[in-house]
Amino acid sequence: MTTTASTAMPRKPVRWGRIAVHLGCLAALLVMLYPLAWLLATSLKPADEVIASLDLLPSHLEWSNYKTALDGVNDVSIWRLLGNSLLIAGGAVIGNVISCSLAAYAFARLRFRFRGPMFAFMIATIMLPHHAVLIPQYILFNKLGLVNTYWPLILPKFLATEAFFVFLIVQFMRGLPRELEEAARIDGCGPFRSFFQVILPLTRPALITTAIFTFIWTWNDFFTQLIYLFDPDKFTLTLALRSFVDASSQSAFGPMFAMSVIALLPIVLFFLAFQRFLVEGMASSGLKG
Amino acid sequence: MTTTDIPAPTARPPRPASAPTRRPKREREGAAWVFLSPWVLGATVLTLLPMAVSLYLSFTDYDLFNAPHWVGLRNYTQMFTEDPRYWRSVVTTLTYVVIAVPLQLALALVVALALKTLKRGKGFYRSAFYAPSLLGASMSVALVWRAVFNDGGTVDNLLGTGGWVNRPGWSLVAVALLTVWQFGAPMVIFLAGLQQIPAELYEAAAVDGAGTWRQFLSVTVPMLSPVLFFNLVLQTIQAFQVFTPAFAVSGGKGGPADSTLVYTLYLYDRGFVASHMGYASAMAWVLLLVIGAVTAVLFRTSRSWVFYASEGDR
Repeated sequence: MTTTASTAMPRKPVRWGRIAVHLGCLAALLVMLYPLAWLLATSLKPADEVIASLDLLPSHLEWSNYKTALDGVNDVSIWRLLGNSLLIAGGAVIGNVISCSLAAYAFARLRFRFRGPMFAFMIATIMLPHHAVLIPQYILFNKLGLVNTYWPLILPKFLATEAFFVFLIVQFMRGLPRELEEAARIDGCGPFRSFFQVILPLTRPALITTAIFTFIWTWNDFFTQLIYLFDPDKFTLTLALRSFVDASSQSAFGPMFAMSVIALLPIVLFFLAFQRFLVEGMASSGLKG
Repeated sequence: MTTTDIPAPTARPPRPASAPTRRPKREREGAAWVFLSPWVLGATVLTLLPMAVSLYLSFTDYDLFNAPHWVGLRNYTQMFTEDPRYWRSVVTTLTYVVIAVPLQLALALVVALALKTLKRGKGFYRSAFYAPSLLGASMSVALVWRAVFNDGGTVDNLLGTGGWVNRPGWSLVAVALLTVWQFGAPMVIFLAGLQQIPAELYEAAAVDGAGTWRQFLSVTVPMLSPVLFFNLVLQTIQAFQVFTPAFAVSGGKGGPADSTLVYTLYLYDRGFVASHMGYASAMAWVLLLVIGAVTAVLFRTSRSWVFYASEGDR
């Protein structure tokens, strides 16, 4: 042991090591937070300081950037854009929670024919690149006249297409004791009642994780929205931000980043409110595979 | 409490001959399909069928308006032999995967190992490092990246190298760094894996005279290898499909000089900008096959380095 312990701290070696780790972590955090600090600072900078100045802090706070951002893009107010984003994310949350928990219950607790192969297929779709199904899905929604509506963004979530969440809930349900359902069955519960009254309430943590992740991922999603929506008044915040860029002169930087801050705000709030669920949900989803 | 054989609420007449003990099972089979129906519909109509259709379309010329026109392998031969931009996108994507994934995982592992030694503040760091994984996927942060790495942006000012976003050799690095910045998600998984390694293993190793490095190699690495493997597969698959940062950094064009033209960006360009749906379908199928092949290779090699402590545990 003495050979490797060349560090010259005979008294409390562990403690010094820990202080070093703390310092390292704090330094790393400072670097990592820089882009976010930059975003916040730039959203409040007057136009002439955006690029020219090296300072992170603006000479004075230019709140008018936010006023301009609130006016929106392409004559669509930011409330409209915010509402569109909320509608899509909210619809996706409801869809995923319902459909994924239904499918997960069947996979985790019920016996049926072809369960093995179907489960394997479900797992495989987690790895399936979205692009392999994208174009026919687009054609399908186009034929149904649903392109440039919110249906292509919400409807698939009601059909448990995000297998990742089915898997997450399956893992969670498998951890619940079987005796609960057996007791329920003896008391006369069929599979439906025992699902709604016994299993579902106990699955709440996994459902909350599903809801939060669905919200954040849908809110952040860009590709699907880019393909399916083209009316400016149907745009989400994400799409509107992008059209800001297309018309980007540097004088519009302040308002653009003010709008970026507004677009990030819901995620930040979700993160602050639910960080325990988020971090734990992520950790547990990776492990019991 | 009387019998387990409860009559079904539906008006189905009881089957006489089949043994009564079987009935609950069959009844539950019916229930299973009810629970499963949304998934079955989705898996058929939105996954299986589209896969078959996109395979078919990949052998056609199709522009969304006129009926698909069968052209055999022409999309594929054109892709592989006559389209330099296609190869450009392949090379760009591979380069991006090779830069971003190892860097991201290495950083995630190092930070997870460091955090494991802490008694206080672990929860705080865990959450703080995880935050970019959620924020980084947004257009907002991608736009920040574009500005910070632009001419006159922070990186230019700091390093005097000019903005990376406008330099063909460096623009992809800027995109990759945005991915590396989001190392929190794999880190959280690493940390959870580290916490499941029994302390007795370290104690036993220490008793046998193993130092820190030896313990890391003989205990931590093998015990963590399934988690490492999981992260590697997941991040690689995701990296092959990168889109938003490349789109945002290049204003949707994949520039400069196609240096950020990642595969999915070119696929989008062919399919949805140029309306060559057949060509884009062929690209999608090649992507599917490549991702499948890469995953298969990873699984193959994993047999030699991934160690499962309790094989019968699953």
